[in-house]
Amino acid sequence: MSTDTAAAPKKESLFSKKNRRLLSDPLDDSNPITVQVLGICSALAITVQLQQAVIMSLSVLFVMIGGNVIVSLLRNLIPDRIRIIVQLVVVASLVIIVDQVLKAFQPDISEKLSVFVGLIITNCIIMGRLEAFALGNKPGPSFLDAIGNAMGYAWILLAVSIVREVFGSGAISLPGMGQVKFLPSEWFMSEGGFYENNNLMILPPMALITVGIIIWIQRSRNQSLIEEN
Amino acid sequence: MEYLSIFVKGIFIENMIFAYFLGMCSYLAVSKTVKTANGLGLAVIFVLGITVPINYLLENYVLKEGALQWISPEYATVDLSFLSYIMFIAVIASMVQLVEMIVEKFAPALYGALGIFLPLIAVNCSILGGALFMQDRQYPSIGEATVFGLGSGVGWWLAIVAIAAIREKIRYSHVPAPLKGLGITFIITGLMGIAFMSFMGIEI
Repeated sequence: MSTDTAAAPKKESLFSKKNRRLLSDPLDDSNPITVQVLGICSALAITVQLQQAVIMSLSVLFVMIGGNVIVSLLRNLIPDRIRIIVQLVVVASLVIIVDQVLKAFQPDISEKLSVFVGLIITNCIIMGRLEAFALGNKPGPSFLDAIGNAMGYAWILLAVSIVREVFGSGAISLPGMGQVKFLPSEWFMSEGGFYENNNLMILPPMALITVGIIIWIQRSRNQSLIEEN
Repeated sequence: MEYLSIFVKGIFIENMIFAYFLGMCSYLAVSKTVKTANGLGLAVIFVLGITVPINYLLENYVLKEGALQWISPEYATVDLSFLSYIMFIAVIASMVQLVEMIVEKFAPALYGALGIFLPLIAVNCSILGGALFMQDRQYPSIGEATVFGLGSGVGWWLAIVAIAAIREKIRYSHVPAPLKGLGITFIITGLMGIAFMSFMGIEI
């Protein structure tokens, strides 16, 4: 978090050490989901399938980059009192673009994501980064911060959705390859075998427990993140 | 009976937190003590009860395809639903601001209790989620939409008060160090979600 409050760099290259940290920190030390606790809602709800998670991550990446850069460009023009509404309007317009594009090119996925595309607007990760970073920094670093945080968000989403899809349905559906099964299909219970899928993994509560376990693993590795109580 | 069914469904079966994970950010951040959790929960009930019916009117008389027919029959084919996100969020943000000012003026005691939470609510996903679910499910009348809003709000309040009570107690237990705080809260919420799933399929 310390990089958030640091003053904007005076004159340095786009890939200086400090800017590289903007990209790498959110992947682990200040991960938006497991450390900053932002953007949990969508992370949990759309992780039943890998494909949905990928689309969602790409949408968030686009909205975050757009929102961070636009708000950062406007940061000296936005009056402090109405900044939340300005941010919401910027983000909402970007989300409408994403929603219309998804409806046009990926109608099935758009159907499955249902309200969660719209909920990117109030996804705290976007509002949080706009408030904490874009309002006080130049467009360049804000751009990098957006990519870093969207990536930090994306890898948790991908990890959770892979775990849930593999254990929940015994296969991963990849575009162009259909269902990729991890066990010979005659082993599955439905084919007369011995292996039964764990349907609990598909239900909402397991998303929470999976994220809980990711947090457990991450904090065992990185003791400095442990909370007091 | 229809109203009761929607209300109970909103609280238990389609609980905002346990079934859809809406409003998780504030749920995790403000659930350290029961008192503040209660305040935020009440504010959410209040705001959902106001914004869902307003957005219902907006949806049915402005945004939906053919909704503008009441002005003149020639607008029957106008479909403004692509604007719904921006309209809903604008309504929510301005309503929250308005409610905050009204409560401050006329009910200072309530403002003292809810005051600091009201601005947070504009960006709480459960409020926008309530509006979007209302749009998705096409409730037949404004009464049902209002009951849905209130029911979801009560469900959210119930969830945050329950987790806050558990977190107050769990401070005295031996939780593995890396799980302390956030991790254990996630896992408990998951377990509570499994418990709430037993309400599934109940019809009133």
